[in-house]
Amino acid sequence: MFDYTIRRTLLAIPTLLFISLILFLLLDLAPGDPTANLPLTIPPEVKEKIRLSLGLGEPLAIRYLLWLQQFFINEPLHYLTEITGWDLSGDRQRVLSWQSRSPVADVIAQRIPQTLWVVGMSYVVGVLIALPIGIISAYRQYSWFDQVGTFVSMIGFSVPTFFTGVLLIVVFSVELGWFPSIYDTTHVVEDWSSFVFQVKQMIMPTMVLALYNAAQISRFMRASMLDNLNQDFVRTARAKGLRESTVILVHVLRNSMIPVVTVIALGVPTVFGGAIITEQVFKVNGLGQLLITAIQANDIPMVQSLTFVFAILIVAFNLIADILYGVLDPRIRYD
Amino acid sequence: MAMNPPHSESPVLSVKDLCTVFSTRDGDIHAVNSVSFDLYAGEILGVVGESGSGKSVTMMSLLGLVPSPPANINGASVQFEGQDLLRATDRQLRQVRGGRIGFIFQDPMTSLNPVFTVGFQLSESLKRHLGMTRKEARSRSIELLELVGIPDAGRRISDFPHQFSGGMRQRVMIAMSLACDPSVLIADEPTTALDVTIQAQILELIRDLRHKLGMAIIWITHDLGVVAGIATRVLVMYAGQIVEHGRAEKLFANPSHPYTKALISTVPAVRGHRAKRLNSIEGQAPTLYAPPGFCPFSSRCANVFDRCRQEVPGRMQVSSGHDAACFLLEEQGHVATS
Repeated sequence: MFDYTIRRTLLAIPTLLFISLILFLLLDLAPGDPTANLPLTIPPEVKEKIRLSLGLGEPLAIRYLLWLQQFFINEPLHYLTEITGWDLSGDRQRVLSWQSRSPVADVIAQRIPQTLWVVGMSYVVGVLIALPIGIISAYRQYSWFDQVGTFVSMIGFSVPTFFTGVLLIVVFSVELGWFPSIYDTTHVVEDWSSFVFQVKQMIMPTMVLALYNAAQISRFMRASMLDNLNQDFVRTARAKGLRESTVILVHVLRNSMIPVVTVIALGVPTVFGGAIITEQVFKVNGLGQLLITAIQANDIPMVQSLTFVFAILIVAFNLIADILYGVLDPRIRYD
Repeated sequence: MAMNPPHSESPVLSVKDLCTVFSTRDGDIHAVNSVSFDLYAGEILGVVGESGSGKSVTMMSLLGLVPSPPANINGASVQFEGQDLLRATDRQLRQVRGGRIGFIFQDPMTSLNPVFTVGFQLSESLKRHLGMTRKEARSRSIELLELVGIPDAGRRISDFPHQFSGGMRQRVMIAMSLACDPSVLIADEPTTALDVTIQAQILELIRDLRHKLGMAIIWITHDLGVVAGIATRVLVMYAGQIVEHGRAEKLFANPSHPYTKALISTVPAVRGHRAKRLNSIEGQAPTLYAPPGFCPFSSRCANVFDRCRQEVPGRMQVSSGHDAACFLLEEQGHVATS
């Protein structure tokens, strides 16, 4: 297992390098000009100088290699400098955003907390809702609980988040006035009442996303439980005189969790990148919102770095899913 | 198999008029119809019949192992160690299951949970029924694995089912069913999924264990050869009913129900005259949608007459300890068993 993990991690390096190349080439292919948003009063020759100063005059290969150097060498060295206090980075160039001229890594670090609070929380809530619903739905197949669960899942799955989000805002912010419609990113939790406010402003975006996530995962959980409920080993467990709760929650659940854990692990990267629409609806300035604005401004270093971070997360959680699969299912051994 | 005639003592398990009906969208399926039998200490009762004849459902109904609904189990009584299992609560039934009555299932490949070690699966019932601690359960599990002939039991206890061969897995199943020293062991086609040499080993093992532990065994199979080799008494089931019952040697020497005769004639002879074609019983077993009210074999029986289609034949005594449910016997002057 350990060997396997090491091997897979090493294999991930060429994969990620290849992904970064593809991303770079795609972004280069995309039409657009980082100076397009500058005022029209700036003369074209000045704009051309700005472009050259951004490095756009260099050949493609040089720009790519420079980005690699900045991302893989300069940024980590800078990070080490910050935590150790030794001067390792010198005057090495960091990856800078073309919009703000501030280091991309710093901007991303600023945005991560909002994303984790809202989108991450919604994923956790979604999973916690989905698992019991899936288990009960399967155990009481075709009962009213199952029917209602199926119906709600259908809705959660098929109604887009920009609709449920706006609907919630209309009902709970406009009509009832319970929750703020806009997420206040500058809000700092320092005492009880500010904590309550934080919870209040998180509830709606979290619920919108949680509904969507729960709908998907509860369906997987239900299907997987149904697969296992009629297995022979369940009959054996009952024939041993075990309690029904033990039969279901130990023997059936453990087997049913194998595919579900994979689905949950593979869904984690989408937490970081996939909630773009909901973030827009509730004005949460998380990573999704950052990506959208960067794309609109042709901020290529930002887009390149963000999408590459998403790629790293996807590769990493694929590996985690595979490892969990092996941990949960003894029949799978990676040696 | 020289056994003392068991009928002198009182039975360990006594089933009276057991009926199991499955309610389905297409109507009720009468899977088990008025099945009655007794099981005595130390004997092996072979239950034979073709697929769908209700052998397994009968035994699973005794312990509430068929899902209900759709199954609807009723009957006069199932007496076991002073309680009526048909009227027992779920809690009492769970005490009996795996505790006083052990179960071995057909397919050892799928009957063990793939994600738990055999040690865990063995200890479960020990902890549940005998209240053992983890340590006690572990050492007892090792003993059990040794008892069923698994070499190097101490090491293999932490192995997962997929690391065992088919025969070894069935041994593990047997160890599990024996864990709490049951007085009755129900073996539901335990050798069907195994190849012939392994089958012989398992048969030998169970025969051996019965001598060591002295429990009564119900052996469900569709293999007449196996039954002839191991059973003290035999029940022949057809379409959810017992059509013939008797001590093994009597039943095989003098099969009295047309179905039993037909069944025995289908066994290909290894020595002597070989038939060019395999014998088979013409026709199909009846669907079980119709409520009982006629002889189930009437549609395939060569000697059928009107009465067979109008009444259910009672069990007629052929000789002492041998009876069959056929009107022909009544015609020949045999009397009904009490």
